[in-house]
Amino acid sequence: MSSQRLRLFTFAAPSRFYSLSGSLLPWLWAAAALLAALGLYIGFFVAPTDAQQGESYRIIFIHVPAAWMSMVVYLAMAGWAAIGWIFKARMASMLARALAPSGMVFTLIALATGSFWGKPAWGTWWVWDARLTSELILLFLYLGYIALVEAIDDVRRADHAGALLAIVGAVNVPVIYFSVRWWNTLHQGATITMSAAPKMQGTMLTAMLLLTFAFWAYAFAVVFVRARAIVLEREHDAEWVRGLALPTRVAARTSS
Amino acid sequence: MNWGSAGEFFAMGGYGVYVWGSYGITAALIGFEAWLTLRRRRRALCDALASASSEAPR
Repeated sequence: MSSQRLRLFTFAAPSRFYSLSGSLLPWLWAAAALLAALGLYIGFFVAPTDAQQGESYRIIFIHVPAAWMSMVVYLAMAGWAAIGWIFKARMASMLARALAPSGMVFTLIALATGSFWGKPAWGTWWVWDARLTSELILLFLYLGYIALVEAIDDVRRADHAGALLAIVGAVNVPVIYFSVRWWNTLHQGATITMSAAPKMQGTMLTAMLLLTFAFWAYAFAVVFVRARAIVLEREHDAEWVRGLALPTRVAARTSS
Repeated sequence: MNWGSAGEFFAMGGYGVYVWGSYGITAALIGFEAWLTLRRRRRALCDALASASSEAPR
């Protein structure tokens, strides 16, 4: 049991997270670019026209992945914030802070692309149905979390206040997910579920899944970069930070 | 191949504004986020090393 706990907390040290994330980053960026290129190629040049929606359906290749990421990133953010609070793990709290802006961007993409799709499909840019409204609330939760942690000067208090907000707000994620089942919504129901085969044409589904993985790889990459920035901002007094090499011309510029 | 010409590709069956508007906003948001975040990390590294080399008491 204790050896399991050691492994669990190995990368809780900011210095170890910093070096691990640094070595993973090039692979993550490469994976994101490759998967996106492949997914977009299949989406635009292989997947056929939709019988009902014509070419406008091709927005799905970014709309659904972004929406899925907006929910997954929120749960990850709330999870890490909770772990940071419960176990007093600084790195976990830093990860939560790193996740928030990315989750917010995915939520914005989901809302904007959804709006652009809704206009030709439903005749309106917006409707206050359960799915759209709860996704908008998700945006406000992200904004609220970011504003809250930035507003409180004491870093640990800010982390804990943010954790509370993130955890309480997590109830919104199942609401978003089940909204199309619990309420009569203009937004269509689930095409992909855990219980049945996907009701989507093969190449369309392939393209959408490739872009989902591309968004995932991109999210890891950009969240790692942001977490590294936060680590440097918070841990600048640490010995290991002083040990990081910099080219001399940059050092000369910054010391002026 | 779905498209007879580049013109057809950009027109997207009449839905060009909606499709390319969506992809454009997505590319802009992602590009902006990536750029801002990389800039933040670079600044944090410079600041951390600058404060380390200046040896100012904290």
